[in-house]
Order: sequence, then C-alpha cells, then structure tokens
Amino acid sequence: MRASAARIALYVVSALVLVYLILPVLIIAPISFSSARFLTFPPPSFSLRWYQQYFANSAWMQATRVTLTVALLTVVIATPLGVSAAYAISQSKLRIMRVIHMALLLPLVVPIIITAVGIFFVYAKVGLVATLPGLVLANVMLGLPYVIISVLAGLQSFDPAQEMVARSLGMNRLRSFFAVTLPQIKSSVVAGGIFAFISAMDETIVALFISGGQYQPLTKRMFTALRDEIDPTIAAISTLMTAASFVLVLLATGRRRRNA
Amino acid sequence: MLALASPALLVILLLIVLPVGWLAWQSIYHDGFTLENYRRVFTEDIYWRSFALTFEISLAVTVIALLLGYPVAYLANALPKGWSILILSLVVLPFWTSVLVRAYAWLALLQRTGVINQLLRYLEVTSEPLALVHNTFGTVVATVHILLPFMVLPLYATMQKIPGDLMQAGASLGASPSLTFFRVFLPLSLPGVLAGCTMVFVLCLGFYITPELLGGGRTVMVSMLVSRNVELYNQFGAASAVAVVLLLSVLAIFFVVSRFISLDRILGQK
Repeated sequence: MRASAARIALYVVSALVLVYLILPVLIIAPISFSSARFLTFPPPSFSLRWYQQYFANSAWMQATRVTLTVALLTVVIATPLGVSAAYAISQSKLRIMRVIHMALLLPLVVPIIITAVGIFFVYAKVGLVATLPGLVLANVMLGLPYVIISVLAGLQSFDPAQEMVARSLGMNRLRSFFAVTLPQIKSSVVAGGIFAFISAMDETIVALFISGGQYQPLTKRMFTALRDEIDPTIAAISTLMTAASFVLVLLATGRRRRNA
Repeated sequence: MLALASPALLVILLLIVLPVGWLAWQSIYHDGFTLENYRRVFTEDIYWRSFALTFEISLAVTVIALLLGYPVAYLANALPKGWSILILSLVVLPFWTSVLVRAYAWLALLQRTGVINQLLRYLEVTSEPLALVHNTFGTVVATVHILLPFMVLPLYATMQKIPGDLMQAGASLGASPSLTFFRVFLPLSLPGVLAGCTMVFVLCLGFYITPELLGGGRTVMVSMLVSRNVELYNQFGAASAVAVVLLLSVLAIFFVVSRFISLDRILGQK
C-alpha cells in the first residue's frame, strides 16, 4: 500500500517537473502570434505583426545576417579542425595526447564569463573588437569541443583495422582516411558540425563583450532589448530561433541514429 | 599525429589559454607587481558579499535541481524504453533552446502582469500580483530550469548501470521496496549524484544571463561583478582578480571531485 503511494507521488512529481521544463519553451510561440502590445494570456487575437516588425527592421535583419554568417563560418572552420584533432586523439598513443585532449575541452570547463572578458582584453590589444573575424574565431574555439566529442564518439565504434587494411593495400594515410574512415564516421561529423552551428547561433556572453557596431549578432541585440523593455518582437525572433534549433537537432540526432 | 591536433590546439591556446593567462597577469601587474586587487576582493564588502551570494545561490540551485531531477531520472530508468525516450527527450528539449530565449520566457511567465500572476488572480488565489521576478526567486527558478538537464543526464546514465537483479534480490530477501531503494539503489546511484551536482554547481557559479536579466539588479552574482568592473567602471585589474578567484574555485572543485569519480564522467555527458 505504501509502495503504491510512493509510486503515485513519483509519477506526480516527475510530471510536474516535466511541465516546468517544457512550459517556457511552449509559452513563447503563442505570445509571438498575439496582437497585444502587452503580454496577455490567452492572446486576444491572432496576428503576425511582431514577425512583420522583425522582418521590416533593418537593424534586426543586419543582426540576423551577422548571426548566420558567423555560425556558418564557425562550422566551416571548426569541423575540419575538430575532426583532425579527434582523429589524432583516437589514434595516437602518446601520453601528451591526453593532455591535449583535456586542453581541447577547456572551453567547457572555464566559466564563459571569464573566457569572454579575457578574449575582450586580448582583442582590445590586437584590434579585433567589433570585427567579424574576431567573432568567428571566438565561436570556433567555443564550438571545437562539440565537434571533438561527437567525432570521438563516432571513432569509438569504428574499427581502425579497416584503415590498416586499406593502407596495406597501398593507400596512403590521407587517402585511406577519406576513402575508408570518413564515410563511416560521417554522421558524427555532421552532428558535431550542427552542434557547433547551434552553439554559435545561441552564443551570447562573449558577443556581449567583443561585438559591436555593424557586427552585432542577434543575441546581443536581443539581450540589450530585454534589459530595456519586453518587446514581443523578441518573442517572434525567439520562436524562429527555437524552431531552427529543433530542426537542426532533429537532423543531427536522426543521422546519428541511422548510423548506429 | 601531433600535427593533426595542432591547428585545434592553436585555436585553444590563442583564444582561451592566452586570454585567461592575460587576466591572471593583469590581476597582479599594473605598473609593477601589486596584490591590491586581491586585497580588495577579499576585504571589501561588495566583493565578498557577492561571492557569498553566488555560492549560496549555486548551492540552492544544486539542491533543488537534485530534488527535482532525481525522481525524473528514476522514472525514466524504471519505465519501458518508449516512455524513457519520451521523458529524456522532454528533458533535453529545453537544453537546445537558447538561454536567452528561456530567460525571456521566464520574464513573460513571472512578471507582475505575466501569465502566472494573471492565472493566480483569475483563480482568486491572490488579489495583488506577486513579485516573482527581478529578485533572487526569479533568478533561481530560471537557473534551475537551465541546469536541470545537466543533473538528470548523469543521474540517468548511472542508474542505467545498476543491475535490476539487485533490487529483486533485495525484495526476495524480504526487504520492503523503500528499504531496497534506500539501502541498495540510492547508494549505487551516488556517483551520478556527485557528477550531476558538480556540473550544476560549477556552471551556476559562472552564470551571467539569468541573474542579469531576472535578478532585477539586486542579485549581484560574481559574473556580474566581473562585467560591471569592465563595462561600467573600467576597473580591469579588479575584474581580472575576481575572474581569477572564480576560476580557481571552479578548478578546485573539479580537482576535489576528480579524486572520487573520473572527470570524463562529469564532462562526458554534454
């Protein structure tokens, strides 16, 4: 009898926690489609005015272009760097590789606010503050761990003997990697790249310190706008960003599962 | 092999090791060596009060996340596969929503004219709107929300490795379900508890967006101290010293915890 009471309590508590987790994600879309200037729930009537405001505003559009450019360049640079580093980590037996592996995961360990301020000081010296290359470089660094973790996981289920066979048949190391290894870890490479893209798209804190002028990403403008007043335009942007993230995550995990 | 890892390593060295080293240098050097910045951090009221508040909030967030996360992980582990996939998807879903977007959602939910206050008034629970945000409460609610996946995932991973036979063995020997839970299951899940708590606590120590947007300016966590010293007061030395103390706290926690469980276990979940 007591056991079943405990079971019911377990179900109820877990259900409430799941509601708490999901509610904020679900609440934004209805706000973004509301006609009201101020938050009222349920929304008085359906409207696309906040989406119109977003697409008609040149500052928001410029910020969107910056975000997309930075995220794409981040993927293009971080993916090959991360793949080659992950390959080196998984193949090499050198003891220093363990240290390098740990160093490459540093962006996950150091609190992001510290990284942000440090990069700001360095950029200030070399003139990279408020530039596109500066923003891209910082996001490459932040995205690397995601690529490396994803590709290492892919390489773990790959049998290196296959590459040995290819090499014993006369392929050089580079060709055997592209012909034998890469096709088999393709989905974890794509997943890593997608995670790096999402990381760059959502990154806020480093951008707050080092971005400026015409090279401000969406998140920086959103943060500034949120500090001043709650404008439902942000709900529209948030809904679009969330939708983009979910589509990308589905792509990444879908590919992974098919591979497994 | 080293050559293959070096481009990535170069990025890490230039963009995180060098900047953090620079901070450390700047915290002790300004026209000569000085410990003035550290003296201020450890003696001036505003600094140590912010550190105390940050540790208090992080501790509260960790405890709440554990209390909320444990039942969810337990249920996901106990239910058949289809249900556990559903539960875990719901846990990870917010994880892939921008922190900024979620901070906005909590503002919309918790503010005086927000969804929750409107609902409470409609149900005639309250007559005046409650102050749910722009204070420590709002900060904690939103921060727990963001960090909860970091608690549930390591817990679930650890529970998966506990053999189900052990519970049956306990039951067959006549122990009640609650006794087998407390004497067998709970102790075996402790490595997951430690991994989850470490990750949540450490991430919370450096949190910036939620206290800045939902704290109403009164909840000054250490990260805000760093940013204000840079942006408002141009006190680069003081900002660097605060950052170094924060980083050393984080590294010390990782070091102590790594004596008990492997670091891969804490970091590998992400």
